[in-house]
Amino acid sequence: MAFNIYDFTSFTQSIDQALYEWLPPFWALLVEMTIIGLVFLLFYAIVGLFLVYAERKVCAFMQNRVGPNRVGPYGVFQTIADFIKLLMKELVYIKNSDKLLFNIAPFIVIIASFMAIAAIPFAKGLHAIDFDIGIMYVIAVTSLGVIGVLLAGWSSNNKYSLIGAMRSGAQIISYELSVGLSLLTIIVLAGTMQFSQVVEMQSTGWFIFKGHIPAFIAFVIFLIASTAETNRGPFDLAEAESELTAGFHTEYSGIKFAFFFLAEYMNMFIVASIAATVFLGGWMPFHIYGWEGFNHVMDFIPPLVWYFGKTAFVIWLMMWFKWTFPRLRIDQLLTLEWKYLLPINLVNILIMAFIVLMGWHF
Amino acid sequence: MKEIINLPVQSIEEEEYHINMGPQHPSTHGVLRLVVTLQGEIVKKLQPHCGYIHRGIEKMCEKDTYQQIIHLTDRMDYLSAHINNHAVCLLVEGALEVEVPERVKYIRTILDELNRIASHQLWWSSFGMDLGGLTCFFYGLRDREHILDIFEESFGSRLLHSYYTPGGLMRDVHPNFQKRVKDFLKYNRKKIKDYDRILSGNVIFLERSKGVGVLSKELAINYGVTGPSGRGSGWACDIRKKHPYAMYDKVEFREVLRHEGDTYSRYMVRIDEMRESMNIIEQLIDNIPEGDFSAKMKPIIRLPEGEYYQCVESARGELGIYCISDGNKNPVRMKFRTPSFVNLGVLDKISREMKIADLVAIGASLDLVIPDIDR
Repeated sequence: MAFNIYDFTSFTQSIDQALYEWLPPFWALLVEMTIIGLVFLLFYAIVGLFLVYAERKVCAFMQNRVGPNRVGPYGVFQTIADFIKLLMKELVYIKNSDKLLFNIAPFIVIIASFMAIAAIPFAKGLHAIDFDIGIMYVIAVTSLGVIGVLLAGWSSNNKYSLIGAMRSGAQIISYELSVGLSLLTIIVLAGTMQFSQVVEMQSTGWFIFKGHIPAFIAFVIFLIASTAETNRGPFDLAEAESELTAGFHTEYSGIKFAFFFLAEYMNMFIVASIAATVFLGGWMPFHIYGWEGFNHVMDFIPPLVWYFGKTAFVIWLMMWFKWTFPRLRIDQLLTLEWKYLLPINLVNILIMAFIVLMGWHF
Repeated sequence: MKEIINLPVQSIEEEEYHINMGPQHPSTHGVLRLVVTLQGEIVKKLQPHCGYIHRGIEKMCEKDTYQQIIHLTDRMDYLSAHINNHAVCLLVEGALEVEVPERVKYIRTILDELNRIASHQLWWSSFGMDLGGLTCFFYGLRDREHILDIFEESFGSRLLHSYYTPGGLMRDVHPNFQKRVKDFLKYNRKKIKDYDRILSGNVIFLERSKGVGVLSKELAINYGVTGPSGRGSGWACDIRKKHPYAMYDKVEFREVLRHEGDTYSRYMVRIDEMRESMNIIEQLIDNIPEGDFSAKMKPIIRLPEGEYYQCVESARGELGIYCISDGNKNPVRMKFRTPSFVNLGVLDKISREMKIADLVAIGASLDLVIPDIDR
């Protein structure tokens, strides 16, 4: 297969072996962890800044505006300038707020989104930890963020924040089910929870095509539910600007606000990359069965391009409906989940199981 | 006096709490303060507190001449400045029994309707924004800009025009006026379809607005809710039909009525009114007669002793001016019946037992302009 030329396995393994030869196992592991942590921190910052810039440009494009265009070429440095401004801003402390929880909350949110990156395969061999329950791990870790949101709303001593936090709690806990169940539909098809195997199995065709209609339904449900889970419009009830001013992060300023802000974009990136990995084949190139020449050309496009391309596509979809839809109301939001998405999802899994049993998938 | 300033805090029951919406809040569009009693997310009571932008316009009127009063009325409902000016002009002209030239009537009617479209466009923008559809805001403002450009070309100002004077207009319209208005109509017909596509037909929007904040016809009449908000409840209260002024008795237009009385019907009334306004302008724009742009008026206007009332249909409802004159150059008393103030009164009634998100939608659908409430 031609994409072997883009295989990172030998590269990462040679580093691993070299470290273990030079150092005792404990120190080697520590060094590896440090390197990976630093790489991800850098990656996190770059992706966060880029996504903020991308969202501004996309929304400007949809709203007849130009968006940032002053700092640097096409305004690419605008978000960096804004971030520096946020870093230098004063941190406002609220009287009668719960100081400890107030200070911890942004870190919990950001750590939850940071932990999820570890399980995502970026290319063959470019994968921090290849859990055999990778999908399960990601679902578990991303739901930790809600604790931070709840704490932020509770400790701010602000009624708007509290309403926002309560909404967010109800919302994330409900939509967790749909995210889990729609991924479960694909797990039924794949028969594994390991990300590397899930991607490997899609070398002959992406799951969204392989799994017939149930896989497509699962993709749509995942898209809706994950948008809700990341608190983005039209499900941004937790921060509902026109109702609750800024919801749970009304009282935060400076770098702490920036943490919430970045975490939102990182969560978006994470759910988009899960969608890309599980439904759209991750870093696997697009193949059409029987078209050898076409497949060969596709193989020459590096997997990182495929991965980021697919992720960007999903992110763009999410931005598209954020900037065109009005916001739902809290009871409608819960109705959508419990009365529509959840039953559809359960039936969908049954259909998928039936298809897998009968061997009707490709 | 102290009791008036320190309004008593509303009594609260168990599991209820107060929340102050405003004076600084994104969805009150100004410095309106609503003390909302909530139970969870459900609105139990609502008490509006006005006066944060009170400028004493009515008192100032008592010291000003009638020409000066026009400049004050701009500042009440700044989104329908022409219409406010029109009310004062009609009052003075009616009291002095001055016949204004035909050309003035035509131009005033066209400008009033353009102003109404601009106001509804801004309302549409902010309505979309209040429901969370941020893109609407930019669409509405983009289209409104074309009207403001027409205004700017003719008389220099974009928001507070003070263009009408008792007896006519400040100066004649720009030679390009007719052409630009016609271009705008052609442009706007296309854009209104966009409005329907992005908001009116959206499933989420329909869910959010249908059956929310139902204002019955009875309640609308009892509270005097006029304008598009009243017509959304099926109350035919259009001053342009009931007491026609300017050219309204000579043009054909439909009084837009809907009977559901919910947020959606108030919304649709305004969207349809924009279309009707364009129909009115289309009938007039080609036939503007030549002539003077003002009748001959004395430099100092003294109204004969007596009481006068003049109402016009502003973009928000009935704007009434009640004036007592003792024959001097300034009125003894000038009272404005501003539509936003009256419409605000019903907000408590129709938003009870609704969610706080609905309160925002209902408030937006009443189209309140805060300086119009406080004067």
